[in-house]
Amino acid sequence: MYRWFHQLGSPPYFYRLARRLEPRLAIAALLLIAWGVYGGLVKAPPDYQQGEAFRIIYVHVPSAWLSLFVYTAMAVAGAVALVWRMKLAEVFVTAAAPLGAAFTFLALVTGSIWGKPMWGTWWVWDARLTSELILLFLYLGVIALNAAIEDRRSAARACALLALVGVINVPIVHYSVEWWNTLHQGPTITRFDRPAMAPEMLWPLLWCALGFNFLFFWLQLPRMRYELLQREARSRWVARELGSE
Amino acid sequence: MSSMWAIVRRDLLLGLRQRGEILQHLFFFLLVIVLFPLGTRPEPAMLLAVGPALIWMAVLLSAMLSLQRLFRPELEDGSLEQCLLSPVPLPLVVLSKVTAHWLASGLIYILASPLIALLLGVPGPAIPVIMVALALGTPTLGLVGAIGVALTLGLPRAGLLLSLLIFPLFVPVLIFGAGAMNAAITGLEFRGPLLMLAAMLVLSVTLAPLATAAALRISLE
Repeated sequence: MYRWFHQLGSPPYFYRLARRLEPRLAIAALLLIAWGVYGGLVKAPPDYQQGEAFRIIYVHVPSAWLSLFVYTAMAVAGAVALVWRMKLAEVFVTAAAPLGAAFTFLALVTGSIWGKPMWGTWWVWDARLTSELILLFLYLGVIALNAAIEDRRSAARACALLALVGVINVPIVHYSVEWWNTLHQGPTITRFDRPAMAPEMLWPLLWCALGFNFLFFWLQLPRMRYELLQREARSRWVARELGSE
Repeated sequence: MSSMWAIVRRDLLLGLRQRGEILQHLFFFLLVIVLFPLGTRPEPAMLLAVGPALIWMAVLLSAMLSLQRLFRPELEDGSLEQCLLSPVPLPLVVLSKVTAHWLASGLIYILASPLIALLLGVPGPAIPVIMVALALGTPTLGLVGAIGVALTLGLPRAGLLLSLLIFPLFVPVLIFGAGAMNAAITGLEFRGPLLMLAAMLVLSVTLAPLATAAALRISLE
């Protein structure tokens, strides 16, 4: 286990491993999402309250989960990068930020499209919506910081620290927003009582969420590889890898 | 401890020698608040409703502007690198610099707040709550903001980037700070949000200097 961790830290080893993994991840992601979408859009019965409109859940909920998952992963990688100075963890943080921002954006947009017919408005200052929006700004902060610092190494370390600070703040923001809203006005339209989901609705959702997870890694690995190639453009292993193609 | 005191004293002295800068922050703070009613109808009920948010907005904006000077003079004359090398733990240096910065800039907002409260028509009993909320909230802003300042230290045009980095982190302070003021104005229980502000202050006193020190080491390495 320890040896594997060490090997994973070496860019050439990771580069080859990632290239072998990518097609498999792609197949897994596409199959799972296709299966989940088929189950969700075709087989699941319409909701007794929301009719057909609830089906956007199969995109909305997985992206919302992923938006949190990616940020947590970034913070964990950030801690690893700061403590053990592991190059791959640094690369993970900077490569994951745009993807996480994309998932957050997707969750916000699909939520707002869902909200229009259900709640009658595109946006509500509900606790969950607001903290998701602030999460988007945290992602954008990481992206902007990474873009502003010239040196790749210190940019990545700065982003790692920012992600770590942000992850402490996310629960505080979430609970303070929730508290703020309950103080401000009680939930009137936002918290429709969610009926316990029927299994034929729930299973496709779980497949979709798992598929989105694979999708993230499928997109993430090439991003990390390209960043590694750029960083280590002068080293021998890059010349060997690219020369052999 | 004595080195902490020395840093606080040095920064305070430097701050007091440049009284113009302190006054400029005060004027900025006042101007933001004075300009707001001009953009709408100055009805007392409305001013009271938006007052707390307005005060915090003005505090956030002027804190943003003043924080940019937190480490910059020391970076330019090279004494910041000496601090990194010195045997005094860097988090302590950060803590004392933030303390001095707060004494020189955060304190004016608190002293000016009764005047602002009168301008906005806040009832008298709520004024002490406003001052306490500011006293508990503004140090947190300084401590958390210092992390962003340290991260963007070496960059040429850090101003806009700094606001993008630290405004999302200021959200809890804004919510509970304005929450306490709103509760006091409408005559509700205001101790809850004040205690939350105090809790956040304790948390940021313990953790933020460590993060700022780490950030300083990253941007100066």
